[in-house]
Amino acid sequence: MPAIVVEQLERAFDEVHAVRGVDLAVDEGEIYGFLGPNGAGKTTTVRMLTTLLLPTGGRAAVASHDVVKEARAVRASIGVALQEAALDPLMTGRELIRLQATLQGLPNAEGKRRADALLERVELTEAADRRVGTYSGGMRRRLDLAAALVHEPRVLFLDEPTTGLDPVSRKTIWEEVRSLNDEGTTVFLTTQYLEEADQLADNVAIIDHGTIVAEGTPEALKAQIGNPHIQLQLAEGSLAEAEEICARIGKLLPPRDARTILVEVENGAGDIPKVVRALDDAGIEVESLELVKPTLDDVFVAKTGHHLEKEKDEEPDLEGVEA
Amino acid sequence: MSDLAKNLRVVKALGLRSVKQTFRRPQLMAPILVFPTLLLAIQTGGAGGAVNLPGFPPVHSFLQFMLAGAMMQSLMLAGNSGGIALAVDIEMGFTDRLFAAPIPRYTIVLGRLAGTATLGLLSALWFLVIGLAFGAPIEGGVLGAAIAVGLVTATAMAVGGIGAAIALRTGSASVVQGLFPLVLVVLFLSSAFFPNALMIQPAREIAEYNPLSFVVEGVRGPIISGVDANELLDAVLAILGIVALGLVLSARALRHRVRVG
Repeated sequence: MPAIVVEQLERAFDEVHAVRGVDLAVDEGEIYGFLGPNGAGKTTTVRMLTTLLLPTGGRAAVASHDVVKEARAVRASIGVALQEAALDPLMTGRELIRLQATLQGLPNAEGKRRADALLERVELTEAADRRVGTYSGGMRRRLDLAAALVHEPRVLFLDEPTTGLDPVSRKTIWEEVRSLNDEGTTVFLTTQYLEEADQLADNVAIIDHGTIVAEGTPEALKAQIGNPHIQLQLAEGSLAEAEEICARIGKLLPPRDARTILVEVENGAGDIPKVVRALDDAGIEVESLELVKPTLDDVFVAKTGHHLEKEKDEEPDLEGVEA
Repeated sequence: MSDLAKNLRVVKALGLRSVKQTFRRPQLMAPILVFPTLLLAIQTGGAGGAVNLPGFPPVHSFLQFMLAGAMMQSLMLAGNSGGIALAVDIEMGFTDRLFAAPIPRYTIVLGRLAGTATLGLLSALWFLVIGLAFGAPIEGGVLGAAIAVGLVTATAMAVGGIGAAIALRTGSASVVQGLFPLVLVVLFLSSAFFPNALMIQPAREIAEYNPLSFVVEGVRGPIISGVDANELLDAVLAILGIVALGLVLSARALRHRVRVG
């Protein structure tokens, strides 16, 4: 039975359509990666699925409950760790988890037992009685995750759980997500990090401008792209001339910046000497050259015509625009 | 555990958090106790001779007269601070945590109001202790003191409802904070700091109809003269009016907040 079913879900803020007819199906026990740049509609979708925002069209069910008609039953079945850990800096870690237990209707003794166990699980026992305002970014995310788990939810929503974290903290969160999933929790994970989706997700949906542009396992999506590409960084010489030369050997892809050329090639490493020789003959000096196998970013480029990671921080954030 | 018991536990937990939040954030605590105490000290020290003016009600001292005003100032600012704290919760996303929990959404507002009422109770007790410590007797005795404390607590909750409504509607701490001067205008256009009879027009006319004046007289009566059933009834009706206004505004603002997410 699917843990999440979404049919033609829409949300408009005045004239701005943040989510435009999204369809999704997430199976029980899977990690589902929801990938897209800022302002693509990820958070708006999650807010609708977690009953924090009413849809303006379509329908969605989480844990077999309609998000509009059975919102309270949905809330009892889900755990939510939203973007930028919404924690009160004046509370202690222990107070926050105990409050969350009360909100979920757990008796006092049970709330205390689970708070202690979760604080230990996320390695915050020693810091449990310190105010959250003194925690590092990684500690805050771990606390937020622990609070979301206090009632042992069937479905866990994680909205960009590692944004802004250092690599070590990011890895700790990844390990915890994998471990939760191993215990049977369905995880709906939004992220703008390609590697995160690639590493964690069983299935990935790519959203851009409020529309799902691709969906499948990371492997299947990358296989759709097919050929690898050569990434060239020029030291000297005309970019336009280099592009013209590369276009004779393979298919040019949209560049990341003004000194880089991406050219898709059929023969992989076998095409590298051809490219180097042709550029050398034209007097164009190459600073670096790399053969890149298809990634989720390539999938994103193929489906949307632009790069995902380059667009971070460039897209307007539509969340919070009033209806 | 019944649903009612669960909801009451949630209100209690959120109320407790609200009180702790106020004590841990000096900028919320200062307007509730520090400013009214300072103003009380300045006014009683500098304008004590006012009790000799013709038309001033018979009182033991100016401090005794001013206690009700200090309590009103404190509870009004407690309501405003409660609104600011709720708006801060909205701004930092903490209310999302509450909205995503399987609880009736009115418990979120009631929890905040329970916290504001507790602060009102503490402020009433604080000023009664100050009055007694500096020689201002409570003429209505224990019953009078209990009535004054009860009225202040109920009014804090009622005023807190309006603060919560504004916070939910705007979601902006700076907007709620911007109402601070308006709170003072409403206070000064009531009988909180000066008897109606000695005001000049049009302030006198406004103060006579200001619901806060009825509450002030209901609190002041037991302190300066004793319990008067008519004053008490007027105060209770005024509080019920403010509660009704706060409830209607809060319910509408809550619906708005849910709609805009």
